[in-house]
Formats: sequence, C-alpha cells, structure tokens
Amino acid sequence: MTILIKNGLLIDPVNNNESKTDIFIDGSLVVGLGKPPAGFKPQQTIDAKGHWVIPGLVDGQARLREPGQTHKANIASETSAAVKCGITSLCIPPDTQPVIDNSAVVDLIDHRNAKAGNQCHIYTIGALTQALEGEHLSNMATLKANGAIAFSNAGRPFINNLVQRRAMEYAAGGDMLVIIQPRDSDLYANGCAHESSVSTRLGLPAIPEAAETAALAKDIELVAQTGARTHFGQLSCARSVDMIRRAKHNGLPITADCAMHQLFLTDHDIGEFDTNKLTIPPLRSQYDKQALRDGVADGTIDSICSDHQPHEIDAKLRPFPSAEPGISAFDTLLPLAIRLVEEKILSMPGVIGRLSINPARILGLPAGQIAIGELADIVIIDPGAHWYCEGKNFASRGKNTAFEGWDFSGRVTQTLVAGQIVF
Amino acid sequence: MPTMSAKNLQLDENGKLQHFLSIEGLDQQIITEILDTAESFTSVADRVIKKVPILRGKTVANLFFEPSTRTRSTFELAEQRLSADILSLNVDTSATTKGESLLDTIHNLEAMQIDMFVIRHKDSGSAHFFAQHVRPGVSVLNAGDGQHEHPTQAMLDLYTIRHHKQDFTRLKIAIVGDIMHSRVARSQIHALNLLNTAEVRVIAPKTLLPVDTESLGVQLFDDLERGLQDVDVVIMLRLQKERMSGALLPSEKEYFNQFGLTQERLDRASPDAIVMHPGPANRGVEIESSVMDGNQSVILQQVGFGISVRMAIMSMIVGRSGLQANE
Repeated sequence: MTILIKNGLLIDPVNNNESKTDIFIDGSLVVGLGKPPAGFKPQQTIDAKGHWVIPGLVDGQARLREPGQTHKANIASETSAAVKCGITSLCIPPDTQPVIDNSAVVDLIDHRNAKAGNQCHIYTIGALTQALEGEHLSNMATLKANGAIAFSNAGRPFINNLVQRRAMEYAAGGDMLVIIQPRDSDLYANGCAHESSVSTRLGLPAIPEAAETAALAKDIELVAQTGARTHFGQLSCARSVDMIRRAKHNGLPITADCAMHQLFLTDHDIGEFDTNKLTIPPLRSQYDKQALRDGVADGTIDSICSDHQPHEIDAKLRPFPSAEPGISAFDTLLPLAIRLVEEKILSMPGVIGRLSINPARILGLPAGQIAIGELADIVIIDPGAHWYCEGKNFASRGKNTAFEGWDFSGRVTQTLVAGQIVF
Repeated sequence: MPTMSAKNLQLDENGKLQHFLSIEGLDQQIITEILDTAESFTSVADRVIKKVPILRGKTVANLFFEPSTRTRSTFELAEQRLSADILSLNVDTSATTKGESLLDTIHNLEAMQIDMFVIRHKDSGSAHFFAQHVRPGVSVLNAGDGQHEHPTQAMLDLYTIRHHKQDFTRLKIAIVGDIMHSRVARSQIHALNLLNTAEVRVIAPKTLLPVDTESLGVQLFDDLERGLQDVDVVIMLRLQKERMSGALLPSEKEYFNQFGLTQERLDRASPDAIVMHPGPANRGVEIESSVMDGNQSVILQQVGFGISVRMAIMSMIVGRSGLQANE
C-alpha cells in the first residue's frame, strides 16, 4: 500500500528540524520526503494540515504484564494502548513470569504479539542471570540470537559483585548491551518513599539516595573494569546525574535514561498517602527533579522512558506501604513530553529525540526516525487538542495514573507502524 | 494538583470531628476541646455506676491488626463506659490470614452495621486508607498506624501534662529515645506544637532519628544530660528489643549508659519535672526502675487518663458535647 501524509509539520529530531514536509510511504518503508519518488501514486492520502508528524516513540522500559500477570494487563491490551499513545516500539524488561532467561519466553512474547496483530514492535530484554536470581549467568548468546536486544537483571541484586562483574564481562565479550537499574537492595530495605522530611512526617519506611548512588558508583567502576556497554535506567537522584556526567566525560561507554514521571513529580506529591504516587525508585525531591531536567536538557540523560506499570485496581487499594509500586504511563508519555517543551526544558525536536532516535540508537533498534529507506513508524498529533486526564479513560488497561486531574494538550490522531495504519 | 488533605478527611463540612486519624491536620481549638471534654469525663470513673449513655445503640469495632494491651483495653473500657456495643477482633488471627483483603474485611464488618472503627495496623497511612473507604457516616479512629501517628496516645499525654503543668507556652518538654520508629513521638510533637509549647526537644542517637527531624518543629540533642537541662516534662519512648540486635545500636548496655533515664540524670531537669512513658516500658533499658516507680513518675496516671480522653474523642465524633457526661 502507498500512503501520502501531506501538509503536516514534520518534527525531525535527527536533524533537529521542524518543517512542513510531505511523507511518501510504500509498503513498510518511507520512500520519499518533500517530493514523491518517480511514479509514486498514493492509494491513501492523510491530510495532516495543522498537525505534527513525529517518528513513532521508542519506549525503553514498559511492562505489559504478559506472561505472568495478565490480571493486570496483557500484550494485546497494551500494544493497542501503546499505538494510541504514539508508542510504536517498546522494550519489555526480563522480570516477566516466567523470566525472560530462555528463548522460549522470547518466542512466546513474539507469538502473542503476532496474535494481537503486531500492532507495535516489541523487543525483549533478556535476563543477565537465570531467574534473575543473580547467581548463574543466563544463556545470553542464545537469547541474543533469538532476538533479545539487551540484558538486565531488572533491578534485582546479584549475590555478589563477582557475579555482576562476570555477567558484564560476558556481555561485553559478545558486544551485548547491559542495562542496569542501580539499586542497593540492602539500602532499599523495605523502603517505600524518598528519605526526606516527607517520609519523616508520614512515618514511611525511607529510601535514601545512597540506595541508588552507592550502587551506581560501583556499577560505573565495573563498566570501567569490564568495558561493558552499559545503559543506566530510571535514574532518580541529582547525584546520579552528576556521576553519569563525569563518567561520560571520562569516556566510559555508558548512556542513561529516567522515567518521564520523575521529571514532573516529587515526594511532596504523595500528599496524604496517595498510592498512585508510589514508585520504585521513589519520587525524589524538587532538587532531584530539577537535576534530572537539567540532565535531560544537556544530554547527560540520553533518553526518557515511560516505565509503564499497569495495575489492576486492587493493587493500589491498600495502605501505602502495602500497595504495589508503579504508574500506568503510556497515556501520559506524549502529553508530558509536550509539557517539557511548554516549560522550555527542551525544543520539540529535542524532546521527541529523547523519546525516539536516542533510545533506538542506544538499544540498536530499527526505529526512531522518519527518513528515506527507514520503517514507516509515524505518529500524527493534533497539538490543539486539550484534554483533562482521567485514569478511567485511559487506553491502557492500567488506570493507575499519577496525573489524575492534570490538563494536557496534544493528542495522537493516527499511528502508522511499518506503513500500516494501526490507529 | 489536587491532593487530599488530612484536615478535610478528619473534619465534616461543619468543621466537626468525623474521624480521628492524625494530630497533623487538626487545629488548636479541637485539641483543646478534646482535653476539656476529657476533663468532664474523668468524674465518670469515680461514680458507682461508671456509665453514660452517649454511645448507647452504637456499635464500635476494635480491629487490632497488631497486638496491643493498653490501648486496646482502654479503648474497650471507654466504649463500655459510653454504653456502646463492642466487637473486638484480633485480625492477626482472623480473615486476612486467609487471604481476604483489608478492604473486604472492613466492608464485611460495615455490613454488620458498625458505626465506628478503632483500628491499629502495621502500615503507615492505614487509618487514612480506611477513612477514605468506609461508608459516609462511619467513623475511623486511629489506634496506631505503622510509624505514622498514634493520636489518642498523644492526646492522653497532653492531658496528663496539662493536669500537672497547665500552661504549655512556658514548658520545655523532652522526648527521649526511638523517634524513628515511634508513631507516638510524631503525634506528640505535632500536638505539643499546636499548643505552642515553648520548647520541644528530641534526644536520641542519630540512628534512631528519621532524616530532617527538625522539620517536625523540634530541637535535637544527642546528649541526654544536656538535653534534660531544665526541662519540665520528660517523655521516655519504648525501645523495642528487636532494634537492639541490628545495626541501629551496639547493645542494650551502651544504650542505657548513653540514653537511659536515671535519677541522677533526671536531677538536671527542673525539680518538679514529671516523667512519662507511653508503655510498655523496658526497665533497665530506657528507664531505671527507681525512676519509673519514683515520685516524679506519672506513668500509671497516663493509663487512667487514656480512658477519659478516648471517651471524649468518641463522644465528640458521635456529635454530643462532653457536658452531657454530667447528666
């Protein structure tokens, strides 16, 4: 099928450019920009006048809850939600049930995605250790051959630093990307809120910054030791941003992301024990939020993920320390990105880049740009659409938003994945 | 962005108490009203028939998800003296261990026409949680939620202090011990500050202080002897045995040497200083036996006052004034 998207404002993060550009699509690929290739005849024309056209978003960390927790959500429900929210590629961390530590689970996920119509590209992140138990290395090379794009222990601890070193070394040998959520599980203890005057006042078991930064310092040293290409995920602390900045300056092969909600919320938003604000890592201070914003702006933090964690209603209907952490984040990813532009943190191409080409390059995915010869993963946005955020209206099965009652602008009107109009 | 405030949750549209969840979010007027009402109930205990009919026909459920002796029995006595029908459950051994969710437990009890829940639970914020989910007209009283608040204990402590010292604005009060894990301390600090106490001091080793404790409105001391200088009230907190064995403190002995209340140390306080303890106390760990039983100790009085204070709070919630206690 041939498609013409005409009159739209193309946001191009690769060339840091916004311009009115017509896009010509043939089959799964973009075949022309600005002017049609010879003999191009569109079978379908989308008039995007007054709309923005962006590369489909690449979400480096999203839990779809399948396999294992399909009472919360599943691959069909969440891929359908993702494309409605402008996300066309997403990466599943290995802490599914069963864990993504063998090729059968990779195949199962691919199969379920195919059954759901392959609306959205799904990539799997393999487990660094078997069952994520931090003791025996998983069959990484086999997993890689079957499609795993990177390896992570999903924030779970290694039984000791030697295992972590070996896991990173093994990955480095096979030129595999390691993803680490820096966490010291002892310092995390049973904490559920950032250690601050807020946790003190509410009497909530606290998570100190060192629970992240002490681990990150060690992890960075192990990158220096092993040379493993490493991506640090979901950073939450100002000091972490500093450490990443210095390590990059020293030439280490590292990249980093943070979750979108960390750029907007702080520990004060917990209010009177609002379980929708319960996240791991926790919402930190205003100072940390500002440092993360600075890090995103200056490129220390390369990309932003949703850290999507849909829950069934009961998971949050408990006292704060017993509720399950995480935010259903697909529906608010793009509107919050637009807000970063409104708040002058980033330009439109800048923010879209951190949500598309940057994560795609880090993870080695064929995505993230609208260019001739690339997959036509394209999202069209009506920037003038204003809406009021209500979890009950979410596309995701998870209604657990931390942004209930916020006013947003910008809505996805169409999404193409590999040249197919999926929304 | 909209957040639920404790104040709105605890007070009805007329500003009257409908739940009693935390001292934070209340104002001086309500605190004082509770103390005044409690005073009118103290005489009930001296009658031949220790009952008033304020809660007659009402059913109160005491749900203790954590063990309690003092709080639970004084709540039960308070309810009985107000003529309530009482259902007491040790939920520890009940439905939740069979996998029933907390909310289902509450809703099942609501179906039995319970008017008031007295709840103790290990999770901070659990009292707010229950109050958000009970039916309109049903009240929740916090009998201790995790490490957050224990507001009725703080009220009976305030009552005890007022009984002996009257004017809070002239008082120096020291709270000694495990602030980190203490819901009692958090409620006391808020309550003392609401009454404009001249000085609230906190004396503890750093491992037993939550971060930024000063933000609660207290002065910190890490030295017991300096901290006790000239204070009018000493509140000792219980140090749980299990805290002794971990990395928080080296040993019971060292703790007693540094922070145990002895007569010699107490002598640094004002000569008429009173000694309080929310109980249960560990003799020889945080407090010397002779001080606990000494003539400055008002620890047993606290327990007795606990009944009147809890009667006062419950009667205010059902919407009667304390004066009716004297009918």
